Formats: sequence, structure tokens, C-alpha cells
Amino acid sequence: MSAGARSVSVALGGSEVLHHVDLDAPAGSVTAVVGGDGAGKSTLLRCLVGELTPSAGEIRRPDRALIGYMPATSGSWRQLTVDENVAFVGRAFGMSAESIEQRRTALLRRAGLSTAADRLAGALSGGMRQKLGFVMAVIHEPELLVLDEPSTGVDPVSRVELWRLISEAAIGGAAVVMTTSYLDEAERARSISVLDGGRVIAAGTRGEIIGSFPGSIAAPDRATVQERSWRRGGAVREWHPHGSTADGSLGPGDIEFEDAVIAHLLAARAASRRTAGT
Amino acid sequence: MRAQLTASGVTRRFGAVVAVDDVSLHLEPGEVVGLVGANGAGKTTLIKMLLGLLPVSDGIVAMFGATPSRSSRERLGYVPQGLGLYRDLTVAENVSFHAAAFGLDASAVDLNDDLTAMSDRLVGSIGLGRQRQLAFACALAHAPDLLVLDEPTSGVDPLARARLWDAIREQAGRGAGVLVTTHYMEEAQQCDRLVLMAAGRVAASGTAMEIVAGRTAVQVVTESWSEAFTTLGDDGFEVTLSGRQVRVPAADTDRVRQVLDGAGIDAELTVVPATLDEAMVAVSSTA
Repeated sequence: MSAGARSVSVALGGSEVLHHVDLDAPAGSVTAVVGGDGAGKSTLLRCLVGELTPSAGEIRRPDRALIGYMPATSGSWRQLTVDENVAFVGRAFGMSAESIEQRRTALLRRAGLSTAADRLAGALSGGMRQKLGFVMAVIHEPELLVLDEPSTGVDPVSRVELWRLISEAAIGGAAVVMTTSYLDEAERARSISVLDGGRVIAAGTRGEIIGSFPGSIAAPDRATVQERSWRRGGAVREWHPHGSTADGSLGPGDIEFEDAVIAHLLAARAASRRTAGT
Repeated sequence: MRAQLTASGVTRRFGAVVAVDDVSLHLEPGEVVGLVGANGAGKTTLIKMLLGLLPVSDGIVAMFGATPSRSSRERLGYVPQGLGLYRDLTVAENVSFHAAAFGLDASAVDLNDDLTAMSDRLVGSIGLGRQRQLAFACALAHAPDLLVLDEPTSGVDPLARARLWDAIREQAGRGAGVLVTTHYMEEAQQCDRLVLMAAGRVAASGTAMEIVAGRTAVQVVTESWSEAFTTLGDDGFEVTLSGRQVRVPAADTDRVRQVLDGAGIDAELTVVPATLDEAMVAVSSTA
């Protein structure tokens, strides 16, 4: 089944950390939630898995037994071995010893962890520990798989393996929701939601997000308005809130995903300043 | 011009383990160089030697043309991944402490408006993105000639990332040499030049374009993208999936065709240039 959030708000310690957030996580695909620290990514995930009750709005999710959750800390017990960690979670979900064994062997092999089965989780490298966290989250074949910053501390080589595991889970039918603060990683997902200050400021496929920011992006020789310009390698990019500029605007084919997201962020923050000012 | 950092044939052994093996590199004033590689490739050991914090087993390191020392490190700005701030001191206290350590006035630390507004708050209570900006401002206070940044933009939003890169570029623009370590291509692509380490050695170096040059991937376009992904993976290909796009880095088109045909999957195959990520993985795994 699919999962998601409709107009979800969360107040923690007197301040609202999520404001009317919508998220749709269809079965069989990967949905990425991207944003900086404090944007509300983990709070949204905790609502999705039922760890946190929203102050308003609606959460759709399968039964608890059909949810797999990998928290940002990767969630393994450092003093247990890799095998013991996986078996422990399997038993907690009521799996038989036989099915735990079958699934564990296959998953550890695909994660490249077979030779580490007897090592303590605390002795694993960052990348291996994240992959173990992933295996623990999918051992019971969840319908909803929720991964909080799964690639943090994972080097490029292990990240490819981790992404292959994530893709396999989605192809197997799970609704996968994952967070990241890197856009090159979010781009791999089927659809992307950009969170900023607890609000969704852009959502859709990569192409939809590139096609939907207000105003235009230009490539001037030098920045004219500092607050609205940034560098892309040696080149300058500048966002113009109202349509095209004298210097000419970039066409959709020349706009990188990252530049489009920056334009969305600038537009959203300008709008929230206007609201705060009135 | 004299290089900010030089390593010639640098090796570091820990017992029988060779962590860094015959590495040579240089960092010129005004240059942003990215040091990339898998965990355990030897990046941290190399940096410690470059900064004179760990002796070399073999080879020569130089900072500003001389053996690294306390006095050459006074011209260094360093932002470790853990940021090196005192979480139980306020923003202002961290600033004074840092300034005092370099014999500067606290006003030398250039804080943006947001950080100034938080100057009485404990660093542990402000967001990680803000902490990163603070660590960065502190590291720049003494106008260092050399900046060493460990994953400088991790955990920040895309706009803050762009702003931090503007600041890095500004430092390079006034002549500082900048060494950046990162795992993310989004950051690596911002560097002038990359040094890719694998198993203790320099496995590739040059601009991102030079590292990717000549490397390809097979792009598989098909209605049955999920079957194609699974079939190719089961056959041992290092296959990846982005959205519905299946890619097989460094693969032979005929072999891919053969496997897909065998499974009765109709697909259009195109040889496309590899991404920087794919090139890095290929270089790392053949080292």
C-alpha cells in the first residue's frame, strides 16, 4: 500500500516544526525528502512511522508490523554481532527462525556483509553499519520502508551498494521514503519533496521541480543582486522573481536541478518574509 | 609561485599496514582541490601528515615550502567534520576563544546577521547548519593562506551550501589554497581539481572532466525497467537505477544486450558518458 501525509503539522516545545506538510509515497517507488538540518525531515519521518503524533493533519501508513524504519543513528546494537542484530529484529517481528535465516543470508550477501556476520556492530565502519541498519529495516519485508539519512558517513563505493538495495526494495513493491541533504542523491528518487523551515516548498519529479520555480534564472557575467545570486563552478547564476531579464534567462534544458531548488528556496523565503512583514 | 602544500612520495606505515603509499600532490595559492576516495583510502592519514600532525614513514611534506610547524600552522584555517566548536559555550564565547587563540580581537570573526542574532545562545542549541557557518567564520578570522575543510557543506540546505561555496571561492580568490575532502559529487564538482585516493595511493587526478573522460556507462531504456534492473543485477552487473533509468557503468553493450535478450527484455541501449560518481567508483574498485 502507499503511505503519506496530508496537511500534517507538528508543534514541539511550543513552536511549530512542520506546517501543513503533504507527502505521497506510492508503493513500488522511492520518494526522497531533501532539506538541511532543522528543515523537519526527521520529524516528518517520525510521524510517518508512528513515533510522533501530529498536532493536525492525517498520516496514511500500513500496520506497524509492515513498517521498516532506519533512524539516522542506523539503529543497531553495538555490542551484538551483525547476525545477532538482524535475528533480534526478525524475532521482534515474529518471524520464524527458518525465515529469518533465509532472508538474513540473502540480504547480508547482497549488502556485501556476509564476511562480517560475526563482527560486533560497534566494530563496523560507518558504511557497513548503515548497510546493516538497512538490512535490519527490511528483514520482515515491510510495505513501507522509511530511511533517515541512510547515506550519511557512507563512501561512494558503499553508497552504490546501498542504493542498489534501496532500488531492490522499491522494485519488490515497498513504498520507500528516504531523507538526504544532498540533491545529487535525491535526484535518484522517483519523486522529491524539498522541505525548508518545516514546509514543503517544491515537490515532484526532477523535471517537474526544474519546470515549476517562479521567475527565471539568468547566467550574468557578474552578480547584480548578491542575495539572489550564487556560483556554479566558475559561472554565476541569478534568480529573478519576475520573468525574464535583460541578460536573458536560461531555458529549462540549461537549468541544473540544484539551481532550480535554490530558486525555489529563494522564492519561498521571499514569500515568507512578505507574510511576516504584513 | 610557492605551493601551499606539497607531498612527494609520502608513505605512512602502521606496523604491517601501509595506510598511505607513495603519494605526491601539490596545492597552489588560489586553488580549490578536492581529496576524494572511499573510507579507509588514506585521506585522513594523508591530511594529518600534510599538516605535520603525524610523522611520515617515507617521503617529504611541505607547508608553504617548509616543514610543517606550529608557526606555519598559524597560517592554516581548519574546519574538521566535527566542527571543533565548544557546544556548552555560547556563540560569542566560542568566537572570543577562537580569536584569542590566534591573538585577534573577537571582531575579526565576521558573523552573518543570523549568527549575530544568536550570539548569546549555546552552540549546542543552535542548528547544525548554523554551527557549520560559525566554524567556518572562526576558521577564516585570521585570513589563513591555507584552508583545510572536511566535508564542508554536510547537513546544510542547497542555498546555504551555495553560500558556503561562494565563501570558499572568495577565499581562493584572495589567494588561499583550499583542500576539501568530500564523499559527495555535488561538492567534488565545485573543485578546480580532484585527487582520488584508493587503497592508500593516488588512483586518479585532474579536473572532474579529465577523470570522467573516456569512461562510459550503458543506459538501458525499456518499459520493463524493473525487470532489466533485477536481471542485470542478478547477472553480476554493477547496475544502478535513477527514477526509471537503468544504468550499467563501464559495461560492454553486447554483454548487456545478451543478458537482456536472454530474459526476453526488449530495450534500447545507448553508450553515454559516465557520471563523476560512476568514474570514482570504477577507479576505486580497480585500485
